[in-house]
Amino acid sequence: MNIHEYQAKQLFLHYAIPVPAGKQVTTPESAEQVAKELGGDGWVVKAQVHAGGRGKVGGVKLAKSLAEVVEFSKGMLGKRLVTNQTGTEGLPINSLLIEKIYPIKRELYLSILVDRGTERIIFIASAAGGMDIETVAHDIPEQILSVPVHPAAGLQGYQCRKVAYALGLKGQQIKALEKIMHGLYKLFLAKDASQIEINPLIETDSGELMALDAKINFDDNAVALHPEILAMKDAEQEDEKENKAEQFGLNYITLAGNIGCMVNGAGLAMATMDLVKLKGGQPANFLDVGGGTSIEKVCEAFKLILSDNSVKAVLVNIFGGIVQCDIIAAGILAAVEQIHVTVPVVVRLEGTNAEQGRALLSSAGLNRGLNLYAADDLAYAAEQVVALAEAAA
Amino acid sequence: MSILINKDTKVICQGFTGKQGTFHSQQALDYGTRLVGGVTPERGGENHLGLPVFNTVQDAVNATSASASVIYVPPFYAADAILEAVDAGIKLIVCITEGIPILQMLKVKAAMAGTGALLIGPNCPGIITPGECKIGIMPGHIHLPGSIGIVSRSGTLTYESVHQTTAEGLGQSTCVGIGGDPIHGMNFIDVLSRFQADEQTQGIVMVGEIGGGEEEEAAEYIKAYVTKPVVAYIAGLTAPAGKRMGHAGAIVTGGKGTAEGKVAALKAASIEVVSSPTDIGLAMKRCFNA
Repeated sequence: MNIHEYQAKQLFLHYAIPVPAGKQVTTPESAEQVAKELGGDGWVVKAQVHAGGRGKVGGVKLAKSLAEVVEFSKGMLGKRLVTNQTGTEGLPINSLLIEKIYPIKRELYLSILVDRGTERIIFIASAAGGMDIETVAHDIPEQILSVPVHPAAGLQGYQCRKVAYALGLKGQQIKALEKIMHGLYKLFLAKDASQIEINPLIETDSGELMALDAKINFDDNAVALHPEILAMKDAEQEDEKENKAEQFGLNYITLAGNIGCMVNGAGLAMATMDLVKLKGGQPANFLDVGGGTSIEKVCEAFKLILSDNSVKAVLVNIFGGIVQCDIIAAGILAAVEQIHVTVPVVVRLEGTNAEQGRALLSSAGLNRGLNLYAADDLAYAAEQVVALAEAAA
Repeated sequence: MSILINKDTKVICQGFTGKQGTFHSQQALDYGTRLVGGVTPERGGENHLGLPVFNTVQDAVNATSASASVIYVPPFYAADAILEAVDAGIKLIVCITEGIPILQMLKVKAAMAGTGALLIGPNCPGIITPGECKIGIMPGHIHLPGSIGIVSRSGTLTYESVHQTTAEGLGQSTCVGIGGDPIHGMNFIDVLSRFQADEQTQGIVMVGEIGGGEEEEAAEYIKAYVTKPVVAYIAGLTAPAGKRMGHAGAIVTGGKGTAEGKVAALKAASIEVVSSPTDIGLAMKRCFNA
């Protein structure tokens, strides 16, 4: 789960991680008011969307007057921001963060995440802040320091000093960085974060360290333990269909193609998308209906797939293990009739009671004139659905 | 011989009297697994499915000398259950539970280091030696005792591989679903090394997916140590970056863990990688016809 930058910075303050003075606003009037209260002669207006890359596309602007604060706020609020990390539709800008501007001496990078390879929480630091860490890792890997923390020992002072010296910090700054790293580590553990990134961590002209940007991702498996984090969720920043799927316990991800896919199991769902592509088609979605599939779930899954107007044909791929295929077939028939599915549906059933399930679908297709095709071979099913989608396009 | 489990393996179930535990324990008994009891706190002394219920794993081990345990407890209690099994001296722990917080798994892995206990999963279908012992949620009837070792991060793709190798008449020695979570127990190499050492296993199917770097490490390992034929399949070529594809561990982050990268690493190690998930059985069969 993601949260907004302003929410991340509020959490930072609770963990004694310094951030610029600022406030979140939803109108140009309150933006001007906040700028006045902050004082000074320059402010930054930052669009609050769940995506990086804002600066390059006008989502972060420096205002030199109160009039500019109002002008930039009007220009952003209510619009959608398209960055290299959003889809082509972009994300809605419903609020802004207005912050005081600080003179920057250097831009550094600091993050904390779970490293799968070492099975440790690690800090990643670099003196090359302000750019994508992936780019730094690729172009100047020697500029990246990673420090693993043992779960029993926790974060140690020497590890903080190691990072501080690598970043070229001196004197009081070393203590300041130690405080920031301990704050991050505590926050990470207390809220079950999966990644916290400060890019850039700035050194001001007066030598202070401050988190100019803040990004926090939380472990989806753990958010139920943290109602205060769950309350920060902004559904408008996420795909509508993906939100809906979540309510029904379905795993759904929107893709750009025209062949809807409904599959049981995450691995098989991915493999089915790949197979559609391999046969010359384009998958419209990833959808895992899960193990204990019911008629209701199959219905909701169909509704979800068909709410995407670009879908020209649907491929259902079920490997019935514990779940019986004839029950799945009955669910598909109920769904197709209840919600008047008009696009062709190719169904591949394999596993427990697969033959009975296919017979059920075939006879219903013939008797009731449904656009249903039962297949026993997955490769053939994929070819068939691609051909049907092409014919309908 | 098979790997890790056989007809003599004594198994207990943690979360025995719950809905999942009950259903899958009955399935395991029907398959012929030597399930010898189960654990549900405060239910010790009862009988369930004709087997004794114990309050603690230690009680169960003392009474039954079980060496394996399967866990069907809810996600926020699963870390506790794994460590209880480790503490009681269980040698093979199979955790089916999906949705365990990653920070809890980090602690579990650190606490398990040096204990000698093996963990399969979490978020996995389990392990089966066809005709002998089934520990997990896989449908038993699709399996056939035979010569192919299967190791996979995905449940349904394990079944797909089983189905295809059964259809080709090859059958399976042992199938291990290592799970779809980013932090998990046994990895590809842990299982591959056992398949290589196992006489019954003549060929190996390895099914990977996007996320992490374990397939790349496995490729290096196979190149250096595995002499048996290996057929690999990697799911997720069409998966968009930064999106979690169902499994907590199936995500491409910062350009790392892509299907293309994994396929390239496997091919560089001269391993046969099928591009269609429907060709796994056929490709395996071809290895023995050539």
